[in-house]
Amino acid sequence: MSKPEGLDADAIRALLRSEGEGIKENTRHFNAERYDRIDEVGADTHEQYRSEARRIKEDAIDRLPELIERTREAVEANGGTVYVADDADDANRYVTEVVEGNGAESVVKSKSMTTEEIELNEALEAAGTDVWETDLGEFVVQVAEEAPSHIVGPSLHRSREDVTALFEREFDHDEPLDTAEKLTAFARDYLGERIEAADVGITGANFVLADSGSIALVTNEGNARKCASVPDTHVAVAGIEKIIPGIGDLHPFAELISRAATGQHIPQYLSILTPPVETPTVDFEAATDPNFGGNDADRDFHLVLIDNGRMAMREDDDLRETLYCIRCGACANSCGNFQSVGGHAFGGETYTGGIATGWEAGVESLDTAAEFNDLCTGCSRCVNACPVKIDIPWINTVVRDRVNRGTDPGFDDLLVDGLVPDEETAGTPLRKRFFGNFETAAKLGSATAPLSNAVASAGPVRGVMESLFGIDARRDLPTFERTTLRDWASARDAGDPVVDPRRRVALYPDVYTNYVQTDRGKAAVRVLEALGCEVVVPDVCGSGRAPLSQGMIATAEQKAASVCETLDPYVDRGYDVVVVEPSDLAMFDREYERLVDADDHATLSSNSFELLEYVYGLLENGADPSPLTAGGGDADGVAYHSHCQQRTLGLEPYTEAVLDRLGYDVLTSDVECCGMAGSFGYKTEFYELSMDVGERLADQFADAAENRTVVASGTSCMEQLDDLLGPTPRHPVELIDPAA
Amino acid sequence: MSSVAEFQQSLSQSNTESTVTTPETFAETLAAVVDRPAVGAALPFEDVDLADAPVTLNPTPAQLREAKTGVTAAGLGVASLGTVAIQSRAAGDELVSIHPETHVVVVRERDLCPDLDAAFDWLEGRFDEGERSFVLATGASATGDMGALVEGVHGPEDVHVMVLADDE
Ligand code: SF4
Repeated sequence: MSKPEGLDADAIRALLRSEGEGIKENTRHFNAERYDRIDEVGADTHEQYRSEARRIKEDAIDRLPELIERTREAVEANGGTVYVADDADDANRYVTEVVEGNGAESVVKSKSMTTEEIELNEALEAAGTDVWETDLGEFVVQVAEEAPSHIVGPSLHRSREDVTALFEREFDHDEPLDTAEKLTAFARDYLGERIEAADVGITGANFVLADSGSIALVTNEGNARKCASVPDTHVAVAGIEKIIPGIGDLHPFAELISRAATGQHIPQYLSILTPPVETPTVDFEAATDPNFGGNDADRDFHLVLIDNGRMAMREDDDLRETLYCIRCGACANSCGNFQSVGGHAFGGETYTGGIATGWEAGVESLDTAAEFNDLCTGCSRCVNACPVKIDIPWINTVVRDRVNRGTDPGFDDLLVDGLVPDEETAGTPLRKRFFGNFETAAKLGSATAPLSNAVASAGPVRGVMESLFGIDARRDLPTFERTTLRDWASARDAGDPVVDPRRRVALYPDVYTNYVQTDRGKAAVRVLEALGCEVVVPDVCGSGRAPLSQGMIATAEQKAASVCETLDPYVDRGYDVVVVEPSDLAMFDREYERLVDADDHATLSSNSFELLEYVYGLLENGADPSPLTAGGGDADGVAYHSHCQQRTLGLEPYTEAVLDRLGYDVLTSDVECCGMAGSFGYKTEFYELSMDVGERLADQFADAAENRTVVASGTSCMEQLDDLLGPTPRHPVELIDPAA
Repeated sequence: MSSVAEFQQSLSQSNTESTVTTPETFAETLAAVVDRPAVGAALPFEDVDLADAPVTLNPTPAQLREAKTGVTAAGLGVASLGTVAIQSRAAGDELVSIHPETHVVVVRERDLCPDLDAAFDWLEGRFDEGERSFVLATGASATGDMGALVEGVHGPEDVHVMVLADDE
């Protein structure tokens, strides 16, 4: 049940079946708790802590060499030892020597991902030392001889019944272990004996404080406290990136870490220890001697700081942010795909979930990261979940780009040369180039419609598409319109211009709106005109979202530059850019910061709006809503699914507000993702996963869909809802279209 | 709301019992909440101590293992969270607070602070004084790793906080 080789449909299907239920329940629980706790502290306060945490991390990583030296000085002044290990072998050798030097037969450990990363347990066991994991989740994983499936909850994929079966098989125990209480009591007693007998305690460190040589440990079970206090020797193992300057800097992290991880305001135990601590050691062999066994052994403390690729990540402009990560797992919990397959699919040798790509690329290899990198759909739901504001989707995109470039050029490139007018190096996989160049296909498909549609949906062609591009034959393909939105708009230009317009709008014709879902584009034009705007539809290319999603950064840059070149002059002439497709607005707002120069980004980002956000603004500023098609109160129900990126940008409420104001009764979905996520849901190996994620949305809307109109803001969401619930869902603007 | 009342409310939210006492009633209250056998770490307070309490100080490992209750002081209480700061001291507060099933923790009213922000100011002060090992503990030890939330894992199953009221 450990990591499958690569990600094929079979491996994903097997994990959906074996681990899906457990992961789903547990991640969604953490997620819901996180939302609740953040509501309780208030979004603004939470945001302030995030900014502060981010600032501290940026600064600490910037000054890392200096902070490592300060840590060394402080720990040594306290009487401990610091060892900076270059890599896993170096670290393991050092810890093994410490353990052997103590004549230790057994060590107890409290959960630490860093020791998982270097495979410390294996190294110690090879040297003849017994190693016991004392965190209950980690213990389960150890007994089952498998790898953790989550950064915070190693055994998140297992149900109580699973653990019962495992323990009853592995341990000679008379009583049935058929409740969580009994399992916990059994593990506590079993591990309690090991803690009493251990000669060395090994912990991680969530934070290291350079000024005082302290470590901070976050736990709920109390095992880290015992591992650090009972044996005379304490070894703490941490990546060098865990260092922050001092005790004052710990505050924002103390606020954030448990809220992000498990949805607690504060962990049960936040230990801030400056070893060697004054707590007496306990000699359980001298059971009847006072003063905890009268053991006057000096406490011995070793802090092992591990580089293992981190210094190189620090030099890497795109991977550096990974080092800000505090391993809370919120990115994994908030991820629609992770909620279905968990870390045994969505993870590498050690790390799992959204940020795992960055970690695995940095401490392991690009190949390891490549194995699961495609599970990130770039939906960006993790961006707001991350307590240190790491741009996780960007890291995934960069790694994808690097993986593409590392691929050997093959005959594929010769085959499709003309069809892929992109900027990529030879070797970028054919299927990525196909999806990344969807705009070219759309142009061609529209120019030759309806023939193209008929051909594309014919059996033989679907077969070829499936084998050549990996497009699942179970998905309906988009139907191209012969008349594009732009054609339609320019034909109308001759009509009545809006006299004395309230605003001038350049409506951005994204590839889908222009070639496929032209109806929503037409509705948008009519709605904006009805509210007194002059509307033009510029001749502009795709935003670059499609190539970017395939990791084709150079092509995305080229598109982005072209978009700015076309749209900026409109902005200069006083036009607002209104965007129908939320993922394109997210491009302008977020990704363009990385793709175009700062001025171009600022211009476009501050002058572009999501369609319903814009309508909301017009109404708020006095536009008369009466020409719009209103709903009839409670009877006119709408089941509304926003869009991942739209929600990340905080734009969901505008659509709700507009529909509400026009008399529609709105029910909004709260699932993380529709599951389609751009081209993701079309890919054969991901089809079932995509549907599994989509099921949650379908479940929420199943009853409502009977008597409500289903509307969605995003193209992919609409396609997915179409597959899940039948009758074509609509864009919200189509509801309020005066012509509706 | 007074800080004591807020503290007690937060404690109850983390399933932690609490009692307000005074130096005069301390011994009696303590005897009532301690489940025997009990171990303790000497309290660093002027008004009260554990000398005559039904509590063994500097226990043997066997007494530590068999104790039902551990009594320690806390240097700080955080009203908004029901958190207490246990200091790592030579008297063994850390051991006494984590091994027995029940942890009875004594905190003075004057040592209550409103929130974590203030708690960190306090910690910075202690750090400057050279006292640099604390556990910020909130409620009983707990795990969700066995399929449901269970209290009482490697640490206490029950925590009882005694707030020592300031003299009027
Ligand atoms: S990237 Fe952010 S959300 Fe993900 S584990 Fe790291 S800190 Fe948590």
